[in-house]
Amino acid sequence: MKAAVIVFPGSNCDRDMQVALRNAMDSEPVMVWHGNSEMPDVDLITVPGGFSYGDYLRAGCMAAKSPIMKEVVNRATKGVPVLGVCNGFQVLTESGLLPGALMRNAALKYVCRDVHLKVAANDTVFTSQYTPDQLIRIPIAHHDGNYFADDETLKKLEDTGRVAFHYCDETGAVTDAANPNGSQLGIAGIYNKRKTVLGMMPHPERLADAELGGTDGQSMFKGLVQALS
Amino acid sequence: MKAKVHVTLKNGVLDPQGKAVQHALDGLGFDGIDDVRQGKFIELELSETDADVARARVTDMCEKLLANTVIENYAIEIADA
Repeated sequence: MKAAVIVFPGSNCDRDMQVALRNAMDSEPVMVWHGNSEMPDVDLITVPGGFSYGDYLRAGCMAAKSPIMKEVVNRATKGVPVLGVCNGFQVLTESGLLPGALMRNAALKYVCRDVHLKVAANDTVFTSQYTPDQLIRIPIAHHDGNYFADDETLKKLEDTGRVAFHYCDETGAVTDAANPNGSQLGIAGIYNKRKTVLGMMPHPERLADAELGGTDGQSMFKGLVQALS
Repeated sequence: MKAKVHVTLKNGVLDPQGKAVQHALDGLGFDGIDDVRQGKFIELELSETDADVARARVTDMCEKLLANTVIENYAIEIADA
């Protein structure tokens, strides 16, 4: 598998993503600067977390207009899988690859802790190593992770299995108390129509090494390598 | 020519920051506030001299960058500087 990590001014999880990908595949991911309008042929594009362009105007909106994002949208349209984590999720909604928007957390606070997620299904390149309804533990670290979409969009996402992960408690129950940011329906991550683009607020790349306290995130990268190699 | 743009959250979109401001005002003893909505104000200096052309250009800017029309509305005011 060949993978790319898009790097914006203000990205700060690009190296974590690089390490997680490097450990899962046998080759080195390509780091692609936002000012480039081209990138090598790759099997996976990742848009990492951070504070691209200082979150000016709206989180992710400046990055979504950068030269490389035109090419990311091109590739995504052709079916190349794209994974956006945290700020990357915000960039993907701002670029129109995913519906909805990520608003200020309902409690107005930056939240940085591990959360439990319920994996909806394992029929995508991102989740093949998980089981349906599996409970996983992944860290979050964000101020603007409150997922919003209109009712029609929410219904469509739920009805077509496009909610990838819900926030839940340690028993797997999706409750308001387990929702860290006020996201509608407890949504932590969503897919595009073809389920080739995934945006999620939690950071799988931060829990992809036993020495860092867990490997629940590693399964995503292993699954991607298996599906795309 | 000057363009003034107000960007506000759409009706029905929760505004936690507006709510926090409302609570703070309540705490200061300002009663009778039914709701507070918070938004952004953006001022642009344009070299364009035709107001209609300027409005069309700023509308395009709002659609492409200044507002996220999934959650926000925008209002444009064109004024001679």
